[in-house]
Amino acid sequence: MLPLAGLLIRAPWSTLPQRLTEPGVLAALRLSLLTATLATLLCLLLGVPLAWMLARGGLPGARYARALITVPLVLPPVVGGVALLLVFGRRGLVGGWLDATFGVSLPFTTAGVVVAEAFVAMPFLVIAVEGALRGADARYEEAAATLGATRWTAFRRVTLPLIAPGVAAGAVLCWARALGEFGATITFAGNFPGRTQTMPLAVYLALEQDLDAAIVLSLVLLVVSVVILAALRDRWVGVS
Amino acid sequence: MSARIVAALAAVVLLAGCGDSGAPSAQRPAGGTVTVLAAASLTESFTRIGQDFQATHQGTTVTFSFGGSSGLAQQITSGAPADVFAAASPATMTTVTDAGAAAGEPVTFARNQLVIAVPKGNPGGIRGLAGLTRVKVALCAEQVPCGAAAGTALASAGVTLTPVTQEQDVKAALSKVKLGEVDAALVYRTDAKAAAADVDGVEFPESATAINDYPIVALKDAPNPAGAQAFLAYVRSEPAQRALADAGFQPP
Repeated sequence: MLPLAGLLIRAPWSTLPQRLTEPGVLAALRLSLLTATLATLLCLLLGVPLAWMLARGGLPGARYARALITVPLVLPPVVGGVALLLVFGRRGLVGGWLDATFGVSLPFTTAGVVVAEAFVAMPFLVIAVEGALRGADARYEEAAATLGATRWTAFRRVTLPLIAPGVAAGAVLCWARALGEFGATITFAGNFPGRTQTMPLAVYLALEQDLDAAIVLSLVLLVVSVVILAALRDRWVGVS
Repeated sequence: MSARIVAALAAVVLLAGCGDSGAPSAQRPAGGTVTVLAAASLTESFTRIGQDFQATHQGTTVTFSFGGSSGLAQQITSGAPADVFAAASPATMTTVTDAGAAAGEPVTFARNQLVIAVPKGNPGGIRGLAGLTRVKVALCAEQVPCGAAAGTALASAGVTLTPVTQEQDVKAALSKVKLGEVDAALVYRTDAKAAAADVDGVEFPESATAINDYPIVALKDAPNPAGAQAFLAYVRSEPAQRALADAGFQPP
């Protein structure tokens, strides 16, 4: 809490209004919120099935798959960015093929930011959802099956509502992690205002020029994050 | 019994801590450690100069922290403990002197010029600044010295360039070329030379309008002022100047 208090105390309150309306601030904030939300959606799309396979799939190498999925948690984000470049970069394993076939290149694009953020934030979602799945009673799904439900129907109407708080909690963690991501973003997606310069990047660069500007940007990010997370927690994650 | 052990340990820790700070720092001979914060473009040349300095000044160790000059200047004004600061532009040095963190006047010890770094063999056939508008280019951010110099050179050539990324120091821009993610980057001649195995440097005439002077200064709150002065003197001496010239720097 002390560092946060330090931010609040040190903020240039007198010049705050005109600093807030500078174009770079709003652009970075808009980009940050957009990419964090898209990254969370991507994580949900890929992470929930992944978690289901780990918890219920009965795969032989599940233990190792789980360890692999949590690698981005221990990897320094910049290293993650380098790894992404080696795979999705212009000369990367997948990226080279993408560039040659479709002329599509992920680095230095907003899509690249989303991919970088999803990469570092996915473990949070997978772990939370897998935990929820393990905690949910599998007998409800079996009961649904005996009543004639297909696996997809059972998943959609029985499992998902059961694990919804866990999924929501994982999504919130995922969103928060994606919002604050810096190392992988600046390495993989680069830094360009309006396109790839998220709030953390803007803070870092502002720090080199103007400490007050950096503090203002940090405060904005802090306030927006706290407001959204507080609103979400009460509505979705609380005990119904 | 355990209380005596704790007391003994505390005594050992206190004695160890008192050992170094006994003598006033001004009277300490040029030994110990010299901490140098230097611009990223000085990485190879200063590392070599540091090794030569350690060889000629027995008992002294030089530790370096390389990075974007503007970031290093911010660290110094925020109180980072260092002895010497070598910047890639007078503007970033001004940040330090204006904050009163410099001991004495900065001295220019080298000059550096920009080149266009392209992948080995120049597959894109880049000849000058005008050719950069049709390819992916990485520039340094404006507040970093190489970014400011790039802006000046592009303006004097009348070329409007939109880079795909604005990196926070010149080595990051260079690494994007090495990785093949961009087709060109505006970096210093010294950086292209240091990475000659992976990149080629394409000269262009407008670089003469944006030559960066590299100032160096000892810092006011230096933990090792004598060491700082010794390193400063060494950088301006003949062996170090030769090392800088070998790396591609121009004389001050």
